[in-house]
Amino acid sequence: MAMGDAAGAERGSSLPISISGVGKSYGAFRALDDVSLDVASGEFLTLLGPSGSGKTTLLMVLAGFQRPDCGRIRFGDDDVTLAPPHRRGVGMVFQNYALFPHMDVAGNLGYPLRLRGLGRSEIEARVRRALDMVQLAGLGGRQVDQLSGGQRQRVALARAIIFEPRILLMDEPLSALDKKLREEMQIEVRRLHRRLGMTTVYVTHDQREALTMSDRVAVIDKGRFRQVGGPREIYERPGSRFIAEFIGESSFLPVELRGGEAWAAGARLALAGAAPAMASPLLVLRPEKLRVLAPGEDGAGLNVLRGRVAELVYQGESTLFYVELPGGARIAARQAASASAPSLPGIGGEVALALAPADTILVPDGA
Amino acid sequence: MTAAAAQGPNAAELRADARRERLVLGALAAPGLLLIGVVALAPIAWLFWLSVRKGDSYTLEHYARLLHPSYAYSLQTTFELTFLVTAICALLGYPLAYMIAQARQRAAAILLLFVLFPVWTSLLVRCYAWLVLLQRRGLVNTWLADAGLIDLPLRLVHNFTGTTIGMVHIMLPFMVLPLYATMRAIDRDYVRAAANLGATPSQAFRHVYVPLSLPGLAAGIIIVFILCLGFYVTPALLGGGRVMTWSMQIERNVTYHSDWGAASALGVVLLAMALAIFWAVGRVIGFNRILGGR
Repeated sequence: MAMGDAAGAERGSSLPISISGVGKSYGAFRALDDVSLDVASGEFLTLLGPSGSGKTTLLMVLAGFQRPDCGRIRFGDDDVTLAPPHRRGVGMVFQNYALFPHMDVAGNLGYPLRLRGLGRSEIEARVRRALDMVQLAGLGGRQVDQLSGGQRQRVALARAIIFEPRILLMDEPLSALDKKLREEMQIEVRRLHRRLGMTTVYVTHDQREALTMSDRVAVIDKGRFRQVGGPREIYERPGSRFIAEFIGESSFLPVELRGGEAWAAGARLALAGAAPAMASPLLVLRPEKLRVLAPGEDGAGLNVLRGRVAELVYQGESTLFYVELPGGARIAARQAASASAPSLPGIGGEVALALAPADTILVPDGA
Repeated sequence: MTAAAAQGPNAAELRADARRERLVLGALAAPGLLLIGVVALAPIAWLFWLSVRKGDSYTLEHYARLLHPSYAYSLQTTFELTFLVTAICALLGYPLAYMIAQARQRAAAILLLFVLFPVWTSLLVRCYAWLVLLQRRGLVNTWLADAGLIDLPLRLVHNFTGTTIGMVHIMLPFMVLPLYATMRAIDRDYVRAAANLGATPSQAFRHVYVPLSLPGLAAGIIIVFILCLGFYVTPALLGGGRVMTWSMQIERNVTYHSDWGAASALGVVLLAMALAIFWAVGRVIGFNRILGGR
């Protein structure tokens, strides 16, 4: 098989991944249901889904730890469906890092190079370079249990890329870190990806992380892709109620389609395009897209929703508030803390919210 | 006590409360400490005291007697037996523990039951059972003869071979249990990570799995080794009087000669050797790894 020898031969090169018709069941449970996806060479693709959605199973299939029931996996021109893990030449960062506790940091980093038969001095030089790259210079002699969570994360990352794989897989690598460190590492991982350019498949259940890091996001649920697209597209043009609910915060209002016009909460909706044809459409309301109208502002050309403030939550950089519409529906809105924004009425006060036609999104109801 | 006691409102009362709490906790531990003292430490101290007494005076005579060739010979037998049994247990126990650790939960429970079952059966019964199986006209010899593999019955019992077979059977669970506990706790992601980094299954096993299972192996070796050093019943029954171990010398000194001094000296030396083995293995593997840590 060419994979093992080829891995690391070309520096900084990357391979496209082609997943076609992959299925995997555990007894009656379908973890993956006829999944197909192409990942371009050098792309950063995130598999986003709730736990049990099949995202980790797909990663395990790519790494070769799980054999799919059907389907085909290709790395570049090579069909690797049947290749054992050690011949795939892909780097992987495990959720719990899986750093070998009986080796020091340099031993961990040097291990894949040792397996490839590199000389001692070459290994030392590359370990040093890898440590520099993840900003851990001089820590090669440390034992794994003497490292902090963030340092372990960096070592795991360095170990996964030190043998210059052309594909990198990451299984919720940042989930064990606290929020601040996680955001720091997100930027770090992005930086490394830009620098090294290997095709990356990143698994997470954190929608914010997916939006921050990815070139493309594949939202997966119950073993199927629900929507695949760029972060902006996924967030601003959700294709279903599930996507709109899972990514970001959303309120929904039922919409009635009458003769090519869309009506919600007793008003005709101004849309950016023609009203789409769907069975039972819902209006997706992102809290930050709703703008409070100043008294006297008429909101011409905008969709205006009027109601009473039911709840106010001060959150520092913004205020989250819930508005009860005349029909009884409750929607969430957010106002950034800014001197220029009109002041919010207290609980029970009347408020008018405006939504631009471009942000007026309809999705079909159901799951 | 810290040099400067904390000042401030209520400080004295809080200090007094902390002192009371330490006293109460100490008192709660007292029964346990007392029990260990009475049943473990006192007998050892008494053993040591007996080994240096003759009549009303102190003497090293009992230790000097251990230099006699017959003791040296039985000590050599004891160590040969102990090393051999420990080595065979490790060789048989490691794959067995590995298989159980890799099995599914349910299968593992059943396999483990098979390992534990003999431990719940009487030691004597098991030794006599081996006697029946291994004797000249026993099951094993009959089978081998019927299969045409041997012409004359093999001498499988009443000698070193029989003793070794019986002791391996009795000691194996003590090797398998700590090994299994350690192996079960090895996260499979370690082996996966090795494979992902390019290790073949056999390389991943040798470079990652085996080193991580070493603490369990060391614990098993120490337990089996120390149990073997002082083992009595099996060598006495299956050795047929031809295998003389130190434990049998101790028994002889007490039963035939009523010589508690010599028996105690043997006991003390055996204890010292057991501790030396524990120390030696601990130096290589690290004590806290054997005693449960990582």
